[in-house]
Amino acid sequence: MSEKTLILDKQDIDRTLNRIAHEIWERNRGAEDFVIIGIRRHGVTIAQRLSQKLQEFAGVTIPVGALDINLYRDDLSEIASQPILKKTEIPFSVQDTHIILCDDVLYTGRTVRAALDSLIDMGRPRAIRLAVLLDRGNRELPIQPNYVGKNVNVARDELIEVLLAEDDGIDQVVITKGARNGNAR
Amino acid sequence: MALLIRNGRVIDPASSTDEVLDLLVDDGTIREIGKDIVAGEGAVADEIDASGLVVAPGLIDIHTHLREPGEEYKETIQTGSLAAAAGGFTSIACMANTKPVNDNAAVTKFIVETAAREACVNVLPVAAITKGLKGEHLAEIGELKETGAVALSDDGKTIASAQVMRLGLEYAKTFSMPVMCHCQDEELSAGGVMNEGIPSTYLGMRGIPPLSEEIIVARDIAISEWVGHPVHIAHVSTAGSVRILREAKARGVRVTAETAPHYFTLTDEAVAGFSTSTKMYPPLRSREDVEAIKEGLRDGTLDVIASDHAPHSTLEKEVEFDKAAFGIIGLETSLALSLELVRDSVLTLSQLLGKMTIQPARVLGLDKGSLRAGADADITIIDPEFEYTVEAHSLQSKSKNTPFLGRQLKGRAVYTIVGGKAAFSLNP
Amino acid sequence: MVMLGKDLLGIHDLTPDQISLVLDTALSMKEVSAREIKKVPTLRGKTVINLFYEPSTRTRTSFELAGKRLSADVINISAGSSSVVKGETLEDTGRNLQAMNPDLIVLRHASAGAPQLLAKMLPSSIINAGDGAHEHPTQALLDAFTIRERKQTLQGLTVVIAGDITHSRVARSNIDLLLKMGATVRVCGPRTMVPLYIEKMGVTFVPRLEEAIEGADVIMMLRIQMERQRGSLFPSIREYSRFFGLNREKLKHARDDVLIMHPGPVNRGVEISPELLDSPYTIILDQVTNGVAIRMALMYLLIGK
Repeated sequence: MSEKTLILDKQDIDRTLNRIAHEIWERNRGAEDFVIIGIRRHGVTIAQRLSQKLQEFAGVTIPVGALDINLYRDDLSEIASQPILKKTEIPFSVQDTHIILCDDVLYTGRTVRAALDSLIDMGRPRAIRLAVLLDRGNRELPIQPNYVGKNVNVARDELIEVLLAEDDGIDQVVITKGARNGNAR
Repeated sequence: MALLIRNGRVIDPASSTDEVLDLLVDDGTIREIGKDIVAGEGAVADEIDASGLVVAPGLIDIHTHLREPGEEYKETIQTGSLAAAAGGFTSIACMANTKPVNDNAAVTKFIVETAAREACVNVLPVAAITKGLKGEHLAEIGELKETGAVALSDDGKTIASAQVMRLGLEYAKTFSMPVMCHCQDEELSAGGVMNEGIPSTYLGMRGIPPLSEEIIVARDIAISEWVGHPVHIAHVSTAGSVRILREAKARGVRVTAETAPHYFTLTDEAVAGFSTSTKMYPPLRSREDVEAIKEGLRDGTLDVIASDHAPHSTLEKEVEFDKAAFGIIGLETSLALSLELVRDSVLTLSQLLGKMTIQPARVLGLDKGSLRAGADADITIIDPEFEYTVEAHSLQSKSKNTPFLGRQLKGRAVYTIVGGKAAFSLNP
Repeated sequence: MVMLGKDLLGIHDLTPDQISLVLDTALSMKEVSAREIKKVPTLRGKTVINLFYEPSTRTRTSFELAGKRLSADVINISAGSSSVVKGETLEDTGRNLQAMNPDLIVLRHASAGAPQLLAKMLPSSIINAGDGAHEHPTQALLDAFTIRERKQTLQGLTVVIAGDITHSRVARSNIDLLLKMGATVRVCGPRTMVPLYIEKMGVTFVPRLEEAIEGADVIMMLRIQMERQRGSLFPSIREYSRFFGLNREKLKHARDDVLIMHPGPVNRGVEISPELLDSPYTIILDQVTNGVAIRMALMYLLIGK
């Protein structure tokens, strides 16, 4: 049996994203061409929520894009099953934009590396900053987030399971000991 | 020295014999057939206990391709005869499409002499009707007969001109030479590589319509009737051909016909995997054709089962399907595949053996194919229950181009005796 | 989990789920092709050999572009420039190529079943880029993608395939795919160019074009090979185009939102009249664009891992 620990519930997630949205606004207020791009699939949901919050409290409309990084992965030959490709949908030019790149969990940094390569292939953004809901450490590449929801200390054999209402019907983050399946990373 | 075959189920279709008997062979001839034969003291050198086995006249294959002269890398007279003996055949008629073509006495003489020296079964040359199988000028049929040819055929080719066919039959009649017809309208089948049917529709491969066979079967029967000399239709593969033959026979036309085991065993669906060992001429046909062939065998429309043994090496076969040579080997699988007809109640064992012994002998006008005192001691002893798997390495033929590799077969010759001597025995 | 096997030899071997997987994956690839930098690093270090025994510019180019957009190294070998013409067998050519350790061989060959022969022999993945009159699976997939793009689904559509069905690998692969995905297929053409047993494939044969396109959602016109005239499959180009070519008058029988497709290259004015070729009904250039996306998707699915 795997052992599960709840680390964020619905309210926690909402409060965390709210804080990140405010931080983003503080540091980017007045910046032109400011966009949010989420890494499929939870990163996109997070990007949409951040954009919505910015709309609500700052009255600005920040465009949101969706990025599929599978074509840029460096571990295609190592993972068990080939990822199903989803379309990258960035309905605006990234040239000269300030990009807030979003993902749910930051771990080794390899996904972010792939996302950076992918974004740079699409044009030359002025800056890319990274926002994540959770940072679980254990980086394998020199990548650091600019906005972090929560730092968690998780052992390598533990998995973080992020569930978001839009995708999974419920908002919660759970740590699972010893499990090696599902939606976890 | 004499050979005594004891307690076998002796089946001789020619005399409608089917009972457990002994059979005494001496000096290349059958001396006596009867119950509890007592041979003189010390006269019998060898004895075979044939209890539980079938003792039949030596099988005769009316349609074999040996590749000597010319393509000895595919088969020689010697290896072909070994394959024949292993398959239970004591006599094989070999077709004329060698290189050079057997259209002159020199080639016939070469085959006869090589066979006398190297073959372990009787090899009966079939000579060409026309020079070079070109369908234009008649071969020297009189001299061919004198040298040892037993029949005439341009097998592999159809004589396209009805006039040449008529003249060939008339000239053959002069010398009482049996004529075997390869029936294929070469324009209707041009470019075709498999049966024109449902599988060819899916595979997008050029079809050979049943029509291309039937139109020539009908033509050759008509010419035969006109000339008054019988024809033997080779490798019948379609329901339409069976129907045309049945009608002709009902009318009293002296026509005979053969089919081959693959035409009642496989359908054109076997081609779907693109295996070139499913490519032969005529092609494997539809399920309906297979059923019609069986019915033709059952009601006697089809007189003979022949192997159409056609060896090809990997050079001709391990290529793209449409570039592969037509033909499969058959001497070593014919008997077992044909025995399926007995198990399926299409034929009795005696009827089946008739189509592989006395019937082909009659077509060729041979004094063979029957077990009676005084006849040549060509005898095949069959274990109808013997089960084995067809494997390339255990085939005697030089070529391994058969769609039956890996197939589980039941029934095989355990002794093949030619002129009183064992040409093959399963457990020597 | 839906996956493809080692090779793509024909639509015959694919399930509807596998077909959907290829079409869905191609959506991402189309997006890549629309970018300014039309290249992703996915197949870096992989080798693709285009082995073409029949002349083909567009299919070969499409595969080449697909490989290059995924960063694979693509090598072209065509019949005219290799030992293919010097009498080397397909088997020997295959073994020689294998010694160079390619990840994927794209084969176009005049013999039905040639890709099967190569696939059995070699550990590399094989994509059939057309074998004789047998299959042209990538064409059928790109056609399906193009239809789906316009009509959202293939289910329930009526598709007419018109022309020389007998000699068309495009027709065979399309019939198989469309039926698997729930479309209704009618074939049309002179009897001399339609196999006798075509209806056993599950299609309806309607010899006259006006009747065949009645209420059709999609019309696929096949290319007529001019040299077939010599074999008397049709009497003249003039007669063919009059009775079996598509023009505005005949198109009145089809639905208003009908799509006209053609695997190319078009004989302008023979299969399709010039005014229709340049009309919005005709989506031949979409087919070409989508061809690259479909081939990228297949490369990713076959050798991306």
